[in-house]
Amino acid sequence: MAEVWIPPRMQSLTGGRKTVQIAGETVRQIVNNLEKEFPGTKAWLCDEDLDDLMLGIAVIVDGESSQLGLLEPVKESSEVHFIPALGGGAA
Amino acid sequence: MPDYEPNMVLSTQEFRVVGSSPIRPDGADKVTGRARFGIDASLPGMLQAKILRSPHAHARIKSIDTSRAKALPGVHAVITAADFPEVSGRVADLAEGSIHNMGFLSRNIMAREKALYKGHAIAAVAATNLHVAAEALALIDVDYEVLTPVMNAQEAMKGGAPLLHERLASLTNPAVRPGGVMDDDDPSEGSNIANHFEFRLGDVAKGFAEADVIVQHETSTSAVHQGYIEPHTGTAMWQSDGSLIIWSSTQGHFTVREMTGRLLGIPASKIKVIPMEVGGGFGAKGIIYVEPVATVLARLTGRPVRVTMTRTEVFESSGPTSASHIKVKLGATKEGKLVAAEAELIYEAGAFPGSPAVPGCVCMMSAYDIPNARLEGYDVVVNTPKSAAYRAPGSPVSAFAMETAIDKLCEKLGMDPLDFRLLNSSKEGTRQVTGPVFPRIGFIETLQAAKAHPHYSAPLEGPNRGRGVASGYWRNNTGPSSVLVIVNSDGTVSLVEGSVDLSGTRTTLAQQLAEVLGIQVEDVRPAVADTDSIGFTSNSGGSGATFKTGWAVHHAGEDVKRQMIQRAAKVWEIPEEDVEYRDGVLRHKSDPELQLTFKQVAGRQNGTGGPITGRAGVNPGGVGPALATHIVDVEVDPETGKVSILRYTALQDVGKAVHPDIVAGQIQGGATQGIGWALNEEYYFNNQGAMMNSTFLDYRMPTSLDLPMIDTVIVEVANPGHPYGVRGVGEVPIVPPMAAISNAIHRAVGVRMNRLPMSPGRVLEALWEK
Repeated sequence: MAEVWIPPRMQSLTGGRKTVQIAGETVRQIVNNLEKEFPGTKAWLCDEDLDDLMLGIAVIVDGESSQLGLLEPVKESSEVHFIPALGGGAA
Repeated sequence: MPDYEPNMVLSTQEFRVVGSSPIRPDGADKVTGRARFGIDASLPGMLQAKILRSPHAHARIKSIDTSRAKALPGVHAVITAADFPEVSGRVADLAEGSIHNMGFLSRNIMAREKALYKGHAIAAVAATNLHVAAEALALIDVDYEVLTPVMNAQEAMKGGAPLLHERLASLTNPAVRPGGVMDDDDPSEGSNIANHFEFRLGDVAKGFAEADVIVQHETSTSAVHQGYIEPHTGTAMWQSDGSLIIWSSTQGHFTVREMTGRLLGIPASKIKVIPMEVGGGFGAKGIIYVEPVATVLARLTGRPVRVTMTRTEVFESSGPTSASHIKVKLGATKEGKLVAAEAELIYEAGAFPGSPAVPGCVCMMSAYDIPNARLEGYDVVVNTPKSAAYRAPGSPVSAFAMETAIDKLCEKLGMDPLDFRLLNSSKEGTRQVTGPVFPRIGFIETLQAAKAHPHYSAPLEGPNRGRGVASGYWRNNTGPSSVLVIVNSDGTVSLVEGSVDLSGTRTTLAQQLAEVLGIQVEDVRPAVADTDSIGFTSNSGGSGATFKTGWAVHHAGEDVKRQMIQRAAKVWEIPEEDVEYRDGVLRHKSDPELQLTFKQVAGRQNGTGGPITGRAGVNPGGVGPALATHIVDVEVDPETGKVSILRYTALQDVGKAVHPDIVAGQIQGGATQGIGWALNEEYYFNNQGAMMNSTFLDYRMPTSLDLPMIDTVIVEVANPGHPYGVRGVGEVPIVPPMAAISNAIHRAVGVRMNRLPMSPGRVLEALWEK
């Protein structure tokens, strides 16, 4: 299962755990399975209307900032982070 | 002449065209005045517009009477916020990843309920000329209820402080930087804190408990302006079919299209934006101010309308960077290994949410391998112009705090500052405070180059002289990008691109295409296309154009090569698999007699299947972060407090310098802007919130007379995420100068300057207090 790093402000939803092991072959599956285990997390990460990550959130899979968002493939051994997207020159 | 190479390239991989410095195709037009900038968009029957701006930093707009202005002969239209649609305060993804709160953006372009800074737009006039427009502005009657302004974050964060926005949502999510508004049924009290967030790694308390040496440090910085020479300008013309054309000085014409469309309810398909040459942007022309005003006025008058800011308007009414207040605490072992760090970063967003507090946090400690760290950030609204991006937004001021704190730590430890950084430097695999681990980066290599550079070991003699070093980090960026490659019958190619050329990217992209195709760079004719003529391309910002559009060029070039192979196979009546394309020549793999040059195939394209056009639309990953280290020698005049720069060397990992001369220029430009930020530049407000130095006479930027030649060392540690190893270049060189100079002043005269700018008066005060 992939190792998902939980942003500090979301850790109240994961019982204070900073990392959790979650199954999934895409970021979408990871987010959905995270929600099953820790209800409320999906609302932090996703915009239901857009069917995508919330505006301003970037997903980093194995050190690489994804350009595919929820569609990004995830491996068994992957490390997944959700961090603020940084628009260079676009603060 | 110096006895060393002043601008050197430490290259690790050579190419045929990439890595050379050909003449820029846009150079001659720019130096002879032929290039067309925003203000050169002049149309028959065009009206000129001027904007009435608030004289108050904080005021409720009770009423606006435009009747006297409208009656003035020569006035064609007068508009206020009532002529703009009411736009939702919801955060929107505008230009494919560019996040903005449209309600705030609309209110920044034209004040609605309140004027939130001196210079805030209140109304606009279109007239036959600027003199009539100016006269009309004086005839607009505005009834204000003047309110107490809040001019800095500390005051704005206090309970009971006057609120800029009564319904501002106080968020706790760094992802929503543009801020939001509370729902109508939300009973929460208002706040000037738009966002409060944190990043954590490891156990900070445990880390500090393990530290032998701890330093605490506090810095503050004033707002500064990007200082681009060309003011904001936009010209709008409605067509008879109901479509709109906008000529703009912008870093992203697709952003102008999307923003103007969303603000005014015009479908993007009805708007064509023509990007003009840009007289400087540095991040600040990735947002809009005047285009919607020109558009509304043009619609009302039926005539083309141009709006151009004056220099004072640029200072008072566009977006400077944020003022900041930062506290940092660092802990290290007696051997000099960092074991813990924490910081609080407060950034002033100006009148609307959206300071670069998040990138400030993300960048602050990224250069170092720190196992236990915590960063807490605040985005706070105050009654000053809404901040805008400026070269590595957020990072320069957080580096000022971090790198001067490190210097303090080195002093306590008795360590050489470069040795300290080498011991603690981030490298491939280092975990950042925000969580992810680094790919291949070249910080160690820049530090080693700095240590080996003749500047670092050169004697520095004389009183009141000192040498300082500092480093800086910027993540760099990517985004969607589109190009077309059109093969011409004479064997040249037209490179049609969506990236606005701010810094020579026509050349660096042409070089990459020439490299792919194996042709001469002079045979590539690059052109930046309007929004109707090329696919979506994100802003030229984040040091991303040469990277992301370089990827697009690479794919489009490969597309052309595939088509060329098909044509040669057709001519020779052989399978495509038997044809190879190498160095601009198509060859039969086993028959050396069969060869066609690129030019020959280009000349036969119509008879072998029709025109050959390569295309690519990409949104590439693989961004390579940039790290830099600067060395500076200063001399402090103890009588006046003036700091003179004696010698300056900037070393930077650029991945691969596509055009080393342009890269060196970017590094020198960034360092120069950083020196101005360090020593002289600041927004100086009176207690009523009025900027007192809104001209270039009073807002002191460095000139060539103030500085020595800045030496550069281009370190090349290839980015594995790009075909030629490119990393973004343009932003990180502005990050280290402020701390490097502060550290040098400390060595020169023994005072540690914690506040920017380190102007003569402040240096003198520090000397007196010593």
